[in-house]
Amino acid sequence: MTQDAALLSVDALTVDFRTRAGPLKAVQNVSLEIAAGEILGIVGESGSGKSVTALAIMGLLGKAARLRSGTVRFEGRDVLSMRPRERDAWRGRAAAIVFQNPRSSLNPIRTVGQQIADVIARHNALPAHEIRDRVLDAMRQLRIPDPETRMRAYPFELSGGLCQRIGIAAALACRPRLLIADEPTTDLDVTTQAEIMDMIRQIARARHLGTMLITHDLALAAAYCDRIAVMHAGHLIETAPVAELFARPRHPYTVGLLGSAPSMVDHVDDLCAIPGTLPDLRRTDLPPCRFAERCARRQAACDAPGLDLAPVGPCHAVACRNPF
Amino acid sequence: MTHPPIIAARNLTKRFPIRSGNVLTGRPPASLHAVEDISLEFHAGEAVGLVGESGCGKSTLSRLLCRLIDASSGQILIDGQEVSGISSAAFARSPLRRDIQMVFQDPTDSLNPRFSVFDLIADPLRQLDPPGSRAALRRQVEATAASVNLSPELLSRFPHQLSAGQKARVGIARAMIVEPRLLVLDEPTSALDVSVQATVLQLLNRIRRDQGVALLFVSHDLDVVRLLCSRIIVMYLGQIVESGDTASLFQAPAHPYTKALLSAILSPRGREHRDRIRLDGDPQSPIDPTGLKCRLYGRCPAQQGICGQSEPELRPFSDGRQVRCHLADPEQIPSATPQKGPPDA
Repeated sequence: MTQDAALLSVDALTVDFRTRAGPLKAVQNVSLEIAAGEILGIVGESGSGKSVTALAIMGLLGKAARLRSGTVRFEGRDVLSMRPRERDAWRGRAAAIVFQNPRSSLNPIRTVGQQIADVIARHNALPAHEIRDRVLDAMRQLRIPDPETRMRAYPFELSGGLCQRIGIAAALACRPRLLIADEPTTDLDVTTQAEIMDMIRQIARARHLGTMLITHDLALAAAYCDRIAVMHAGHLIETAPVAELFARPRHPYTVGLLGSAPSMVDHVDDLCAIPGTLPDLRRTDLPPCRFAERCARRQAACDAPGLDLAPVGPCHAVACRNPF
Repeated sequence: MTHPPIIAARNLTKRFPIRSGNVLTGRPPASLHAVEDISLEFHAGEAVGLVGESGCGKSTLSRLLCRLIDASSGQILIDGQEVSGISSAAFARSPLRRDIQMVFQDPTDSLNPRFSVFDLIADPLRQLDPPGSRAALRRQVEATAASVNLSPELLSRFPHQLSAGQKARVGIARAMIVEPRLLVLDEPTSALDVSVQATVLQLLNRIRRDQGVALLFVSHDLDVVRLLCSRIIVMYLGQIVESGDTASLFQAPAHPYTKALLSAILSPRGREHRDRIRLDGDPQSPIDPTGLKCRLYGRCPAQQGICGQSEPELRPFSDGRQVRCHLADPEQIPSATPQKGPPDA
């Protein structure tokens, strides 16, 4: 994990949201790296800060969000200090994002072909016929059948799986080096999910893309990622290569997640739920370890400040004072 | 099972008219065949999983069984007694309503935000079988809440003050308070996080085991179905394409669609990947299907000439399974070996 080999490196990212009850500490001190050609899975439950991290990297946070600290470097360039125009050019061309709900992220009153063309035209001054060729190319890459006809369709005329393929085609149309996929298959059927994930992996490998796959589904992350980073309540709590994480999970929350996943057990009585819920992130007295209040392995040392990810093995780091 | 089924459906069919015919132009009326000729039975204490892709008719079938909508044809029997003659509106007021209850997918949308948890749980009982006194009502609500692990202090709260898992349990308590015999659950855990989902699944399993309630579990999550259900029904475009007990169906699926569905399951344990079976192309239109070909024809990786010439029937297998496929051999229990890919694949 050398600094200059990383395609994307995020350091100490901290994001707050303004609320009437005071700042909500959505993401705190998150550091991660993605190498070119690597698929990193960000796994966590709802409210863990996965999507906020992704939006912060892309510069797409809303007005209520405040970036407290942190740096995001892409190929060595500081992304957060780019001027808006520079950043708009970077986003789409060098880094792209695919959202969860394909129907709501596509414009309902433009044809899907136009929407892919918009992305291409935004970043390339090309004559119309070349743009059209590149739209068809992008659609063929995603194995969209009969692209000449489909490009004239509106999102409502296509199935959810096809809409998501259009979204991915648009994201990949300008050949970015970084792809962030935020729950890309959560709303889709299992068979469609498998097809789309196979395609994302295949394209990522072929183009040597750095990919960040955000998901709540451990089985999905296990099947498609090289490395997994687990988030809980705005903290990144454990990161390891897939096989290592499943074989030797160290953080009690990771162990809990694995124990509560239906795909990991043979009988319903073998499931172990994690007690409690996420802490309210607006609290001012949040403990250093935000999992402490749900944790059976809590010790006095857990309440001391200054908890951070620490290496526990090659490429394996965990933020816990009493790991397994 | 020697006991007669508590609830059964016979040749249940639901068609939604989408266009009326025109005598002048000769244009025939069109209808969407959502559920086609489905028969099934539920025994006490049995959990049945209903799986299939979106649009295959799972939700329509569960609404038919709950008598929320009226079938176009076919029967529903409770203890052998025909109830499909009663319209869905009349059924809502009939004492039979208690026997079949439904738990909906989104625990937030299905709870009235202006009702307290107490009123939410008490409401079905007030409607269907009002207890004699307020004290009796309170007792029953508290007992039901306790049976789904809702602590008594939550009873005065409103839905927005509850976590997703608590809301899911309120939804289950509402259904359970009238002591149903069949609980129809439409994707009950798809809105929940895994850590919360585990408790809800265990709760449902306990309800089934301890109170003998039959469960129909509609889900697209095959792992959840595998854990909870002893029997599985696979639907494709309104029809049952395969049904049978969970273990044998998972081990050796007989229908090509079931095979494709199971091959898409991701296993984080040891990456024992089955060979992925892809279904290419789009499903056929559910609007007035010809009935002259298999509904999977055009997407099926195993299809042959006969599949495009006639629609297969649902045939019983020697191991008790039912399969709707021309190419499956009813005498033979399909072997498990061809389904598993090589270990390093």
